[in-house]
Amino acid sequence: MPIIKVENLVKRFNGLTAVNDISFEVDKGTIFGFLGPNGAGKTTTINILCTLLSPTSGNASIAGHDCKTESSDVRRSIGIVFQDTTLDKDLTAYENLMFHSYLYNVKRSEMKERIHDVLHFIGMYERKNDLVKKFSGGMKRRLEVARGMLHRPGVLFLDEPTLGLDPQTRANLWEFIVELPQKHNVTVFMTTHYMEEAEVCDRIAIIDNGRLIAVDTPDDLKKTLGGDVIYIKSSDNKKARSEIEKMFGLEVSEKDGELFMTCSMGDSCIPEIIRSISDVQSVRLQRPTLNDVFLKMTGKDIREEEMSEGDVFKETIRSHRRRFG
Amino acid sequence: MVEANVIYVLVAREFKKFVRDKSRLISTLVRPLIWLFLVGGGMSRLVTPELGMSYMKFIFPGILGMTILFSSIFSSLSIIWDKEFGMMKEILVAPVSRFSVVIGKALSGTLISVIQTVIILMLFPFLGIKMGLLSICYAVAIAVLLSFCISSLGIIIATFYDSFESFSVIMNFIIMPMFFLSGAMYPVNKLPHVLQVITRINPLTYGVDALKHVLLGDSGIVDFPIVTDISVLAVSSLLFVAAAGFLFERKK
Repeated sequence: MPIIKVENLVKRFNGLTAVNDISFEVDKGTIFGFLGPNGAGKTTTINILCTLLSPTSGNASIAGHDCKTESSDVRRSIGIVFQDTTLDKDLTAYENLMFHSYLYNVKRSEMKERIHDVLHFIGMYERKNDLVKKFSGGMKRRLEVARGMLHRPGVLFLDEPTLGLDPQTRANLWEFIVELPQKHNVTVFMTTHYMEEAEVCDRIAIIDNGRLIAVDTPDDLKKTLGGDVIYIKSSDNKKARSEIEKMFGLEVSEKDGELFMTCSMGDSCIPEIIRSISDVQSVRLQRPTLNDVFLKMTGKDIREEEMSEGDVFKETIRSHRRRFG
Repeated sequence: MVEANVIYVLVAREFKKFVRDKSRLISTLVRPLIWLFLVGGGMSRLVTPELGMSYMKFIFPGILGMTILFSSIFSSLSIIWDKEFGMMKEILVAPVSRFSVVIGKALSGTLISVIQTVIILMLFPFLGIKMGLLSICYAVAIAVLLSFCISSLGIIIATFYDSFESFSVIMNFIIMPMFFLSGAMYPVNKLPHVLQVITRINPLTYGVDALKHVLLGDSGIVDFPIVTDISVLAVSSLLFVAAAGFLFERKK
């Protein structure tokens, strides 16, 4: 059953089309990934879904509530973790959660228990009375996820949840995020431009220049590439090449002294190929990645996050405030 | 619709941060003291005869007005800080009415401003001013009304800016002129005619005038009847808070 429905959504800013006629649905209890380079329209879409922006045209609804006309109902049923932290650094972890509980009108009698629950869940109960400005990036992000869950939303939005975190913290955060749907009965809608992170999603939408290019499961997206790539090196590449082409009907190419070919079932292909050609020196199998999918569909690589000048300024101010604030 | 829980938590947040940040408290108290004793004290030697009282005593209501002006406006301008550093988004995606947020912010500014004003007000015995409990209550009531009015005005200003880069613009084109053209430092009727017109559209003028009524009595230096002062402050508070609510509601 779809909990998020988006139909022909368009958003223009002064003639610039940020979101160009996109439609998709997200099923309840799944993790849905929104994948694309910076400026593709991911954050704009999230902002429309969480009622911070109104769409130029088209419809979006969450749990049956229209994002344009029933914004209060939509806001009640969603939790959001934005790209930039939205915690109050001059308050403690506990106070930030308390602030949130009041904003969402959590019952006074349940407040304490719920806050303690989420603090235990993210493993930060012992730090509850520390000021947020003393926390590391990963702790802040976890605290924000906890805060987003506090009012028990049906959908949790995560906009680039691992941006700016070190690899180990990123891995920890993912372990924590993938548990959310079962443990807390929530649908997760996330954006990322880290391809390997998108692998955990049940379904992925690829967006580029405001247009939706594909929506499917990670496996099915990868299948569109035609399968795995096998690399083989033999003492006589020429001979091996003609043999493989003749026997398996595969298209073989050569690069840097290695033969490579695309094969739908790489694992079972390898033994047969090895058996049929003589003197194999090395074999390796490369499974297609989402990056390959993206490359094929858009003709370009997803780029690393580049900081704009404004972000650099903000980052400087933030660290300044951390030190002197 | 106005939600009590939202107003409560916004005010509580601001109060907690205010109490925690000792340096902010001290620096906001130092400004009025500098003006009162260093500027006022120095000027006393030049301007005493014309007013019929010491210059320091004359500017005391104006200094209270200044305390209210700076502390209320800065408190509201923290919205810009919240916008730039994200906290505002947390508030805006919550299922709460924008109007509650505006009221909550205006009341936070009011509370902080009134606390500071009361501290400065307690200096009155040193300036040769006599006040009974009742007149202290009146002065606090005026401080509440004026603080709410200026805080709402501050929210209106804050809705037009997304970053603190324009802070000096706000300071030089709004806050300083409001202060000097309010009768805080010199009687309004001594100003050139053009400037007198501006003082009349400045809400701070009426607040300072009302404080002069309560603190200095009818010693011939007030500009309007106190009923006028209170009515103007009440009406402009309502207008400002409604405008702030409207401006806050706009979606891009």
